[in-house]
Amino acid sequence: MKPVLVSVLALTLPLTACSVVGERSDDSGQPAGAGGGTVVLVTHESFTLPKQVVRQFEEESGYDLETRAAGDAGTLTTKLVLTRDNPTGDVAFGVDNTFASRAVDEGVFAEHGVDLPAGAEDYTLEGEAADVLAPVDNGNVCVNIDKTWFEREDLAPPETLADLADGEYEGLFVTPSALSSSPGLAFLLATIAAYGEDWPGYWQELVDNDTLVLDGWEDAYFGEFTQGSEKGTRPIVLSYDSSPAFTIADDGTSTTSALLDTCFQQVEYAGVLEGAENPEGARALIEFLLSETVQRELPTSMFVFPVRDGVALPPAWAKHAEQPESPYRLDPAEIAANRDAWLEQWRDIVTR
Amino acid sequence: MIRHPGRRLSRLAALSLLPVAALGVFFVLPVLGMLAQGFWPEGEFDPGGVLEVLARPRVHRVLWFTVWSAAAGTAISVLLGLPAAHVLYRLHLPFRRGVRAALLVPFVLPTVVVGVAFRQLLGTSGPLGFLALDQTAVAIVAGLVFFNVAVVIRVVGTAWESLDPRPAQAAATLGASPWQVFRSVTLPALRPAIVSAASVVFLFCATAFGIVLTLGGVRYATVETEIYLLTTTVFDLQGAAALSVLQLAVVVALLAITQRLRAVPDPTVERPRPTAHRPTRADLPSVLVTLLLLVFVATPVLTLAAGSLRADGAWSLDNYRALGTSGEQQALLVPVSDALVTSLRTAVDATWISLTMGLLVAMIVTRRSLTRAERRLRGALDGFFMLPLGVSAVTLGFGFLITLDQPPLDLRDSPLLVPIAQALVALPLVVRTIVPVLAGVDDRQRQAAASLGATPLRALLTVDLPAVWKPLLAAGGFAFAVSLGEFGATSFLARDEHPTLPVVIYQLLGHPGELNYGMALAGSVVLAGATAVVVLAVDRLRVPSVGAF
Repeated sequence: MKPVLVSVLALTLPLTACSVVGERSDDSGQPAGAGGGTVVLVTHESFTLPKQVVRQFEEESGYDLETRAAGDAGTLTTKLVLTRDNPTGDVAFGVDNTFASRAVDEGVFAEHGVDLPAGAEDYTLEGEAADVLAPVDNGNVCVNIDKTWFEREDLAPPETLADLADGEYEGLFVTPSALSSSPGLAFLLATIAAYGEDWPGYWQELVDNDTLVLDGWEDAYFGEFTQGSEKGTRPIVLSYDSSPAFTIADDGTSTTSALLDTCFQQVEYAGVLEGAENPEGARALIEFLLSETVQRELPTSMFVFPVRDGVALPPAWAKHAEQPESPYRLDPAEIAANRDAWLEQWRDIVTR
Repeated sequence: MIRHPGRRLSRLAALSLLPVAALGVFFVLPVLGMLAQGFWPEGEFDPGGVLEVLARPRVHRVLWFTVWSAAAGTAISVLLGLPAAHVLYRLHLPFRRGVRAALLVPFVLPTVVVGVAFRQLLGTSGPLGFLALDQTAVAIVAGLVFFNVAVVIRVVGTAWESLDPRPAQAAATLGASPWQVFRSVTLPALRPAIVSAASVVFLFCATAFGIVLTLGGVRYATVETEIYLLTTTVFDLQGAAALSVLQLAVVVALLAITQRLRAVPDPTVERPRPTAHRPTRADLPSVLVTLLLLVFVATPVLTLAAGSLRADGAWSLDNYRALGTSGEQQALLVPVSDALVTSLRTAVDATWISLTMGLLVAMIVTRRSLTRAERRLRGALDGFFMLPLGVSAVTLGFGFLITLDQPPLDLRDSPLLVPIAQALVALPLVVRTIVPVLAGVDDRQRQAAASLGATPLRALLTVDLPAVWKPLLAAGGFAFAVSLGEFGATSFLARDEHPTLPVVIYQLLGHPGELNYGMALAGSVVLAGATAVVVLAVDRLRVPSVGAF
């Protein structure tokens, strides 16, 4: 019997040595930062900042930054609302204009009191929301086309939303679902902003024109778009205004372009959480997010545009990522009031 | 031998204390917390709102699709898995260990990547495009089988391997045909294992999330995808609570049925001995089915592997070289290689947690009961530990946030939460792998050991351990693979500084750029390779002194 015990021990000891439990004891025992303690940022999974930028914040402000990133913007908003009586952090980043109303109405945020830099006020919300949510970045969801495909087929590429329903482009468009994908929802909102009450009719035309609706942006872009995959068959896809900066050919031109008359603007906000343990630190972080250091990092780290004026863009972006002059917009309160009904109606049309 | 019923029950209580407490804190409490959000909207008890949701025609459609697609997925997995279990666990064939380990690979593949691979086969321009299966229920069921057939093969195969071969040999000697032997001797002995495997597969299928969304598009919804939608996009917590209750009801009903079907078998487990034989003519059909199954499982995996070797329209290793970096334009905070280390560490924790709890649970539920009440109690405990598989990860994840937030249970930000959540997902698999074998151990052997003066521990090590060693390793491989591939709960709880590999793969898939997609594929291949290697190594572990007993 002894050899059994020995072998069991011999097996488990090295295992525990390489486990998380074994590892964590060293970093969980650390005392809070000497300056002003820890700032806890609650955000979504797309949030990333380079390590040296985070270190700069910690050195300049004296706070330690702890990031808890999980889920998408919808998950984040639900999380913030559910934990509003006992928030999981001090500051939140990543609630966008499609979800803002809900979080604000539920009293998730406190007034931030941060002075916005020049340019940012173009993106503030209306009413009470303006005082609690500070715009940090923006980007547009736009229809993208594969320029090389249209050249090869000798077909004039589409330009507007109406073109997508044109028989010339039958079976060429692929878009993610409005139910499960945030760019998909943004595109539905773009069509609602463009067509008003008549949007169901437009969507019926899209469906009749053999538009393919897939679950996520990944499925659409990497699975079906001719520039996203060698095996893709559809040269029109729903993506972002920044996407053409990622499809640069050897000759320095982009093989794709965004149709600037089909865009819906998305703005992401940061706010101090009501009941935060460290509201001072939360404010310091929001100021830092709006500083030139972070604003300059946004395109490379998070694939979005800065809200601050006069921030230089990376060369590929400056050259290939064009922003629309007047993208479609909808009032966040209107979105909040109608989202469920719109989604239900949309689902009926595309699954009919 | 302990005969006193009071002492027996107190021992039962002592053994079950740890697993029951763990499940209470990390499962019952969070789920109840989320249900309460739906039943008490605005702080007032309003069960009527929940009942109204259940009356919606859409809910009925969703429930019906969930049940039939899961039933179809389970039935096909069992039909294809049985012959494969025979071939891979009872026949002497080259590479069978490698094939067994490789069959667990689909478990860890990110569903988006598999979905894209499936669609490249089924889509209009793919080699199977003429079947017009893209975005159909058939594609969803095929996806469910792809992910779950390994469960049947592993659970049933492990039990088959430990089966005493003599009754079958006796039947054959008495003139029974191979089919008669299978139907009247082998199948009844395997029934507990088959029912075990089928019930786990059904739960996996009924709560499948990513694969339904990716392969079904917008056309199909299951209870699980509907809960996700209601919770995160529509914020209809009443509706989500109603569907969660519905989910629980279906799961409990299923468990009650399987409990009956599983019924205690005759003691059939022998000390494992090499029972594999060379394939004969009679094995030909099952070998053929196994080959077809392997082709079915391998095709999407190979499509994916081939994709990972493409860069700039040519074959290259660039995607793999890039794994040590942070992706195109720094898409990632940590290189993929770091994430793999985090994944492996987490999986080690999840594995020992689920094995410890699973072994305790298996011992509790398989001991012979002296009274009807005791048997009921053990049966109820058995079902209780299956429940985590039947509840939406979204409900559990949000439940963690709102219930584990006060001392002494202020755990919502603990790094241990990820391995614990993964262990809960793996626990039913572990239990279902061990129980059929442990239940087959003749209790008289333990009694004999005790009457010869062995302490309970000694009896455990001499009687139970040798029989249960192989299933325990098989379960360990399962738990490890489940943990490595788990995305739902992990993405919810993972911390930014230490993301796991699946989380990083999804980060890469979230951004345009050929290199990012290539790296995601390469990362998936690395994840698959790591899983196969670890499972293969675990399967080869032996109790060094079994022969000495």
